[in-house]
Amino acid sequence: MVELAMGIMLGLCGVGAGIALIAGIGPGIGEGQAVAAACEAIGRQPEAKSDVTSTMIMGCAIAETTGLYGLIIGILLIFVAPGIFSGVLKETVLALK
Amino acid sequence: MTEFKGEKGARSSPASRGDAPMTRDSRFRLVDGLLIALMAAPLLCCLALKVLFTPESEGVDISGAMIYLTVPGFPLQDLVITESQINSWAIMLSILGLCLYLTHGLTEKGGTKRQLIAEWIVEKCEGLVSANMGERFAGYEYLIAAIMALSALSSLSCLIGLFAPTGDVNVTAGWAILVFALVTYTKLQGGFLNYLKGFTEPIPVFTPMNFISEFSLPVSMAFRHYGNVMSGAVISALIGAALRGLSKTLLGWIPVIGQIPLLQIGLPAILSIYFDVFSGLMQAFIFAMLTMLNVSGSFPQEAWEKRQERKAIRKQRAALAKA
Repeated sequence: MVELAMGIMLGLCGVGAGIALIAGIGPGIGEGQAVAAACEAIGRQPEAKSDVTSTMIMGCAIAETTGLYGLIIGILLIFVAPGIFSGVLKETVLALK
Repeated sequence: MTEFKGEKGARSSPASRGDAPMTRDSRFRLVDGLLIALMAAPLLCCLALKVLFTPESEGVDISGAMIYLTVPGFPLQDLVITESQINSWAIMLSILGLCLYLTHGLTEKGGTKRQLIAEWIVEKCEGLVSANMGERFAGYEYLIAAIMALSALSSLSCLIGLFAPTGDVNVTAGWAILVFALVTYTKLQGGFLNYLKGFTEPIPVFTPMNFISEFSLPVSMAFRHYGNVMSGAVISALIGAALRGLSKTLLGWIPVIGQIPLLQIGLPAILSIYFDVFSGLMQAFIFAMLTMLNVSGSFPQEAWEKRQERKAIRKQRAALAKA
């Protein structure tokens, strides 16, 4: 029984991490659009290349944040959550006995 | 900076006239050597601590900062001294050594390489701050330069094998709280009532949302920096482990060479150029940039002017009443 509970817990942690990483879609699209707009701008005004590039990298890094939230949740679910949950599970089993 | 330079030059010139040239030169070199030692010694001490404390392990090892010491008897919980605390203090000492080394022997004429580098750094920081924050915030360049140097060198410290302190959320959260305090201080320049009124804009229904957005600033700043550095470290560790396993399965049957993880040579270094060097420097720049933009953007210009006017009127009245 404990093994089954452990297995369900670990599996759901993995599924949760996978779902959390759906957050990567948004920044991907956003950064793609930002780079496309920057390319257009450089094509129109090649002399402003350095300014456009630095602003674009800055904006990309900020747009990345939402994706990183998902990534952090995913990493927590894989590396941290199983330890906590298995500790809780063991305590409950001991209390039941 | 210019005042400091002039003072230093004025102080060093009479002393240099009194001494013989050889002893002055050798003393200068001795101080230089000591400063270089101050730069290198803390990092070496951290490496030694890490080597002493790391447990032996096989396979994938992804963990946060190691705990060196636990001091019991504190009210909320035991005080833990972790690797990231020690490392960031060591990096601070190292930066102090670097600054002292760069500004050692400044002259008004200039000419030495390190003086050129120091002046270039100061000029760049002043230019960046005055371009992004405006005249009012002159003096913030020291804070911005300190944040940038600490963040960049913390992220780069994983190149010599240390645990990067920015890969620990507590460190970046500390910096983000500092930025939050600065932003609140800047907002309070327009008066406390004006600060409270800012929460009810544009209509009073938005107050809870304004509260949330107020506290999302430090959270997003802390997690942005931490997430970038930590994810780079995790991906590097995973790729290293995968390459080790691959070389064991592919080349494990060869008697002697099979014991060496040949595939692990080279490829992680290329990845580290992006994950450690580029990403670390980028995040340092972004953290400093966001600090500047948030602090300068939160200054209530109109309310501040009104408040100054009111203060001036009050002073006049007080002076009249005294007279």
